[in-house]
This record gives sequence, structure tokens and C-alpha cells, in this order.
Amino acid sequence: MPGLTDHFVVLEVVLPLLAAPACVLIRNPRVTRLFSLGIVAACFAIAVALLIQVRGGGVISYHLGGWPPPLGIEYRVSTVNAYLLVLVTAMALVVMSFDSRGGPPRVSESRRHLYYAVFLLCVCGLLGITITGDAFNIFVFLEISSLSSYILVSLGGHRRAVMSAFHYLVMGTIGGVFFMLGVGLLYQATGTLNLREIAERLEPSLDDRGAVLALALLVVGISIKLAVFPLHHWLPNAYSFAPPKVSAFLAATATKVSFYLLATILFVIFGAPFVFGELRLHVVLMPLSILAMFLASGAAIFQTDLRRLLAYSSVAQVGYMTLGLSTANATGLAGGLVHLFNHAVMKGGLFLVVACLLHRVGAVHLDALAGVGRRMPVTCAALVIGGLSLIGVPGTVGFVSKWYLVSGVLERGWTAAAVLILLSSLLAVVYVGRVVEALYFRQPAEDHVRPGLREAPFAMLAPTWILIAAAIVFGLTTNWTYGVAAEAAGLLLQGGI
Amino acid sequence: MSAETTILVAILLPLAAAVSCQVFGRLGHPNLRDLATPLIGVATFYAVWQLGDGVLRGGRPELVLFEVLPGVELAFQVEPLGLLYGLVASGLWIATSIYAVGYMRGHHEKNQTRFFTFFALSIFAALGIAFARNLFTLFLFYEALTLLTFPLVTHHGTSEARRAGRIYLGILLFTSITFLLFAILFTWRLTGTVEFTPGGILAADTSSGLVTVLLLLYAFGAGKAALMPLHRWLPNAMVAPTPVSALLHAVAVVKAGVFTILKVVVYVFGLDLLRGGAASLTLMTVASFTMLMAAVVAIRQDNLKARLAYSTISQLAYIVLGAAMATATGVLAGGLQIAMHAAGKITLFFCAGAILVATHKKKVSELDGLGRTMPWTFAAFFVASLSIIGIPPLGGSWAKWYLMVGALETGFPAQAAFLGVLMLSSLLAVFYLMPVVVRGFFAAPPGGDGGPSKIAEAPFLCVLPLVLTALLSLALFFAAPDLVELLTF
Repeated sequence: MPGLTDHFVVLEVVLPLLAAPACVLIRNPRVTRLFSLGIVAACFAIAVALLIQVRGGGVISYHLGGWPPPLGIEYRVSTVNAYLLVLVTAMALVVMSFDSRGGPPRVSESRRHLYYAVFLLCVCGLLGITITGDAFNIFVFLEISSLSSYILVSLGGHRRAVMSAFHYLVMGTIGGVFFMLGVGLLYQATGTLNLREIAERLEPSLDDRGAVLALALLVVGISIKLAVFPLHHWLPNAYSFAPPKVSAFLAATATKVSFYLLATILFVIFGAPFVFGELRLHVVLMPLSILAMFLASGAAIFQTDLRRLLAYSSVAQVGYMTLGLSTANATGLAGGLVHLFNHAVMKGGLFLVVACLLHRVGAVHLDALAGVGRRMPVTCAALVIGGLSLIGVPGTVGFVSKWYLVSGVLERGWTAAAVLILLSSLLAVVYVGRVVEALYFRQPAEDHVRPGLREAPFAMLAPTWILIAAAIVFGLTTNWTYGVAAEAAGLLLQGGI
Repeated sequence: MSAETTILVAILLPLAAAVSCQVFGRLGHPNLRDLATPLIGVATFYAVWQLGDGVLRGGRPELVLFEVLPGVELAFQVEPLGLLYGLVASGLWIATSIYAVGYMRGHHEKNQTRFFTFFALSIFAALGIAFARNLFTLFLFYEALTLLTFPLVTHHGTSEARRAGRIYLGILLFTSITFLLFAILFTWRLTGTVEFTPGGILAADTSSGLVTVLLLLYAFGAGKAALMPLHRWLPNAMVAPTPVSALLHAVAVVKAGVFTILKVVVYVFGLDLLRGGAASLTLMTVASFTMLMAAVVAIRQDNLKARLAYSTISQLAYIVLGAAMATATGVLAGGLQIAMHAAGKITLFFCAGAILVATHKKKVSELDGLGRTMPWTFAAFFVASLSIIGIPPLGGSWAKWYLMVGALETGFPAQAAFLGVLMLSSLLAVFYLMPVVVRGFFAAPPGGDGGPSKIAEAPFLCVLPLVLTALLSLALFFAAPDLVELLTF
């Protein structure tokens, strides 16, 4: 007699999926908030339970509706994606518990429940992409998460929020179509949609035009979603005009799930020997990653709006992850995977700080922030610590990522790239330094003096500081983060999920 | 108390001082705040002192906190060099925290609570560096020290202070991230460990070229050692209030740099790997160049603090030179110079600050005749100058003596040249330090008739510490045998 725990795998996705329409039916803004918080908490608990179950090499295979894989859809959980499930649900939980006092701008009380419904759909989509073992199912969830994130971005209140959501939509749709075409070619070549079976039947070689084309379509499609340089143009606008809570959530999860998808396709379906051995994808991926690190960080230096600054920094950070991927060795890949978690924690925390500042100061361009450090010391301390973590100061998560990325790159023999990684973190010193200088050294201009300015409310500071504290805690103890990432990297390199 | 606990207590006490500063500062009790810091300083020094016995007997007390990365722990171990650096930093912190009270109040500085808090935090980081058991722990506290001293450098918040702060962070982070961290990661890649190990961790057959590159990466990566051409942050940091220049930019921060180089030479490379090799010769040349150039530049500085800063750069190069010799004598001389220069240079900065508080004069050319109104200050300046120059019976002479002995032991064909460099550098020190004393005592005050003038010293809390540290320079001459015993290993 199968118990409830046996259905954890499917419940992880079904719970938010069913909760979304339930929100629409409940309508009461307070109740929907608590209800969706409860759902997300349940998803987080399930994700943790799944991760504990599969730690050490276990795999859970769940057949939807009892149909075995070639016919039915298989959900498959291993260390690699359980890690992502925990990350996505944890970030959703923290962001949801962040009480933004009056909700995202422009969403009236009477329509608040719709916002929560869309948020839950987005969570559902991201979890679905991560958990499913079926290529077409991935596409379905990809669209669910994308469509809901377009809506979330458009809620930003600013007129340009709608425009950037549309930009995001166009780019996202192109990415989705590329992905779909890639999946179609794979289906044509192998006659199956189950990821593991595709991997078994596909024997990619350079002469196999279909396979190479499929790989190209899939990689480009996902790269758009992941905002790999130079396909990143949608990201800065989307992140800077979305409601700050949404930016925090998307920055911490959406690109991370795409990264997981990219890693799965490269290492599981096509396999490292083909992708990096024969095709030599790293010849493209490595320089693009380094360009991302330098150009996006360079762009961040010249931003006057804190949100855009953080958004450009995100593009640079994706560069670190893809650089780890392109080393295709255990240390580098683990470095990329651990950075996925680390960056989620610090960037999520930083965007929540932005939300705090927006709530009190009303704007987050650097002129408006002049001198705010003395008035809101606790909020701004979070910003400084998050910034130090972006730089990669030892004792923060950023340093852990850097340590393993550089080690992996050195192991690969790319000494110059290792130096470039370290040099690029100096650009972070500059853009973080500009923010710190504005906060603590500049005097507010005449029209920005706010006599009643005080600390953000506790309900906002607490979730923010949870993430910022995590950025320090996981910078000092890496048993959980690096341990899981190393295990996941090992699995990926063997081609198993 | 077990040695393990003592290490923890010694490192945590400065943190406690920072907390007490905040508590008393916020409650509005500046007197309690300024009383607590020296008292906690005494306790810190006592705790470090307690560790000394065990180390002298050959013990290496350890404290492992937790594992950070697989195979890399946040861990502390007290060995002779670290003990010495810890004693110097915590001991002079007592004097500075007394001096700072007189200075900050006498000079009507703002934000004193923030100042004393970050000061204590900087000492916390310095002790973390002193007792680090591996390169990771050292790097962690090294970066912390850079960041924690930044608010002190920019204390005044003026555009000049901000500019200096940018240069300070820029050079120190640039060097530590691109050179030092790279060197650490490269060492990790080569050896699979970052632990400080007697005899070194690099394989004996490491190629000479690689050793040279790695040693230079470490030496320039420890940017706090202010080797030329990466020295510019130090003169710029002089915009900070004088107690910062005295303790941090003559003792704790800069010594953290040379201390890192010494530790790396002894415990990462191992003396045997370096001795007589190209790496050693290259670094000795770099150090000699810095020593002479900085001394020449110092002579041309009219701003007293800038002159002392360049003198520090020159004197730090002595320590790097000792380390680069990679002989037991060289390391001994380097260690001695850490202590001797600290006592001497902190006195000189205290004097510069006392002159500033009493007369608001910053330039050497304005000091004419001040020795008559500030006899204690100028006498202390004179004593400390002699120690820096290296004249017996003052502590500095021992460091110079052992450096010269060490230079003759290296076995390089050009070893006599290094002897010449050392002598020339001492001569240059006479030229940049003595004019201050001569102007103070012998030049006629502007507008005065040269007759007897009234004593007008800085506040008592400023003068007392500088007299004490001047006496310390003298005492260190006689304490040298103990230090030599500690550092002979």
C-alpha cells in the first residue's frame, strides 16, 4: 500500500499547480497569502525530504499515473536536481515570507490573489523543469514558468516594466521555440522523449548533422533563458523593472534552473566526451564566459540604478557558472554548481535589500541613496555584506565559489583564465565600492533629504538577513553546499541523473 | 586555562573591546568606553604572553575551529613568528589606546565610538593573522584587516580621505586578490594543502623558475608589505588620524604584510628550497631597491607623516630582505626587525601626532625650535630615531646587525653589495630622521629670540605613551637575547 511519502515526487509539482487556481477561488488577499506561504513551505519540506533520501547516490523514479517510462512520463530525482528543488523552494519561501507591505506596486487589494496564483505557477514551472525526466514535459513546464514570470515582471508598476516584460517575452519565446525544435530533432533521432532513453539511444558524432543541430538549438535556446552573454539583453531590464521581490526570486531561481537544464543536456544527453571532447564546445563557451565576466561587470560599474547594477552583475555571475561548466572537470563543475547556490543566496538577499530601500527611500538610484547608510544602518549593512560576497571576500559564499572555480580552471591548465577570474572580481570591487561610497560618504542632495527616514520594518529585514546570514554561514561551512555540489558534479560527469 | 582556550580568548578579547565600545558609546559613556579599551588591551596582551612559555619550550598550541572547505580548516597555531607579531600588535595596542584618547579628544575628532570600534576590530584581525595555521585562515584575516581599516583611513570623510581610501582599497585588494590568492590557489593545486608546515610544503624538485614566480607573487601579493612599486597606498593612508598611522600603518597592517612573507618563506617554501637560488636573489634585489628608493624619497618629504611613511616602506624592506635571504639568520633578523621597528616607528608617529595636537603643525620645516617647548616629545623622537637608524644601545641595532651577518652568509657572489646597501640605507635614515631633531632643538623658533620658552606639551595622555614606547626601544636592546632564543629554530 503506497503511502503519501511515495508520492512526494509528484506532490512537489502538483501542490503549487493546484494551489494556483485555489488562490483564484479564495480571493481574500490575507488568506491567499497565508495559503500560498503554506504551500511553498510544504514544497520546501518535501524537497528537503527528497534530498535526504537521495544523498549518497540514491535515485527515485516515479511513473506518472503508473505508466512506465517509454509510454508514460517519468519524474526522476537524484542529488543533482534535488539540490535545485531545495534551492528553488527555499528561495520561494524566503521571498514569499518577505512582507512587502502593500504588495507589489500597482496590484490592488482586490487583485492580490491573482499575483499569488501567478507566483505559485512560476514556482510550479521551475520545480517541474527540474524534477521531470521527460523532454517534452520540460518544454511544458518551461512555458509555464516563462509565461508566469512575464506576468510577474510586468507587475513592476513602472511603464517600462510592461515593455521589458514584452522584451523578455519575445526573447523567451524564441528560446522556447529553439528548445522545442531541439527536442523534436532528438525525438526524430531516437524515437523517445524520456531523457535517459534519449541518452542511451543517441550516439552523437560529428558526422551526425541531426544531433549536432539538435545540440546547437538546445544550447542556444537555453542560453537565452540563462542569459548567457551575448544573449542576455532581456535580463537587465526585466530585473530592474520587475517588483523587487520578483527580481529577488527570479534572480535566485530562474537562471539557476536554466543552468541545471544546460548541464543536463550537455552532460547527460550528449555526454561530456562528445560535447567537450569531439565538439570542443568549451572553445566557444569559455571565452564567452570570460567576456560576460568582464563586459557585464564593466557595464555594472557604469549603472546609476542599484537594480540595474545588480542585474548586470547577475549576467557576469552567470559567466562564472558557465566557465565552471566549460572546464568539464569535477572541481570546476562543482564550482559552477556551488556558485549556483551561492549566487542565489547573495543575489536574492541583495534584491531584498533593494526592496527594503525602495520601501523606505522610494528610489534606488545612487543619488537617492546618498547618505542613507547612516539612517538605515541595519539594511545597508546587509547590502555591504552581500556586496563583499559578490566580490568574493573570504568568509563569504562568493569566496567558496571562486576557490573551486579557479582550482578547476587551473586543473584544466587554463592559467590565464584563472588570472582573469581573479581580475574580474576587482571590477566587482569597483561597482560595490560605488554603492558603499554613495551610502556612507556622499551627502544627500537638497531634494533627496528625508527627515523621517528610518530602518526598514522587521518583517522585511528578517527574510533579507536570513539570506545575507546564509551568505556568511555557507561561506564558512561548506559541508552541505559544496558536499552536495561535488556529488552532483560527479553524477553529471558520469552522465547519470 | 588550557592553551587552546587562551588562543581563543586572545583572539576574542579585541572583539569584546569592539562590543564594549559600541555599548558604552551608544549609552553615552565616553569615559567608560575609553577606559575599557586599554584594560581589555592589557588582558589581550597578557593572554598572548601566557602562550609564550609553551612556545619557548618548543610547543605549538593549536585551536581548530571547524572545516571550511574539504581539507581546509579555520585553525590557529602559535609558533615563534606569530607569537612575536601577536605580542607586538597587542602590546602596542595598549599604548595606542591610551594615546588615542588624548589625541582624539585633544584634536576634537568626530565619530570617536566608530573609530575605537574599528580599531579594536583591526586588532582582532591582526591577531587572527598572527595565529593562522594555514594560508586560508591567514588570507581570511588578511582581507578582513584591509576592510576593517578602511573606515579608519576614511575617518574624516573628506574628499581627500575618500580618494586615499580608494587607493588604499584598490592597491591592497588588487594585490591580494590577483597575486596572493592566485599564489595560494596555485600552491593548493601543486601540493593539495595550504597548511603551514615546518620545512615547507612545496616539493624539493619544484623548478627554479616556478619557485621564483611563486615567491614574487607572494611577496607582491602581500601588498601590505609595501614593496615598490606597490607602495603608494601607505603614504596615502596617512590622511587617517595619527593613532591609526601609528599602530596600524607602522605596526599591525604593514607588519601583517611582511609577516605573511616571512611565514610563507619559512613554512610554505622552506628555507632549503630557496637558499642560494634565483628566487632568493631576485627578492633580495627587489627589497634592496625598495629600501634605498624609499629612503631617498623620505628625505625629500616635508610632511612629517609622509616622511615617516616612506621611512616605514624602507624599513619594511629590511624584513623582506631578511626573509629573502632564506637563512636562519635572515629570518631571525626579519623577526627582530618586526619588533624593533614597531617600537621605534610607533614612537615617531606618536610624536608627530603630539606635535599636531599641540601646535597644529604638520611639516618638518615648521618645527624650528619646538624642541624647547616640547622637550619630552622631541627627546622621545630622538631616541626612537636612533633605534630606527640602528645605533646601540637601542633595539634597532640588533636587527641591523643580524641582517648584515645574514647578508654575508647567503653565499651569493654579490653578497658584499647587500652589505653596502644596508649601510647606505642606515646613512640615509640619518638624513631623513635627524633634521627633525636638529630643527627642534637647535634651530631658532620663528620670530623668537632663542631664549627660554614655556613648556607646552600635548595632553598628558599623548605624552605618556610616547615616552613609554621610547623606553621600550631601549629595553628591547637588552631583551634581545630572549627574542633571539625565541626566533632561533
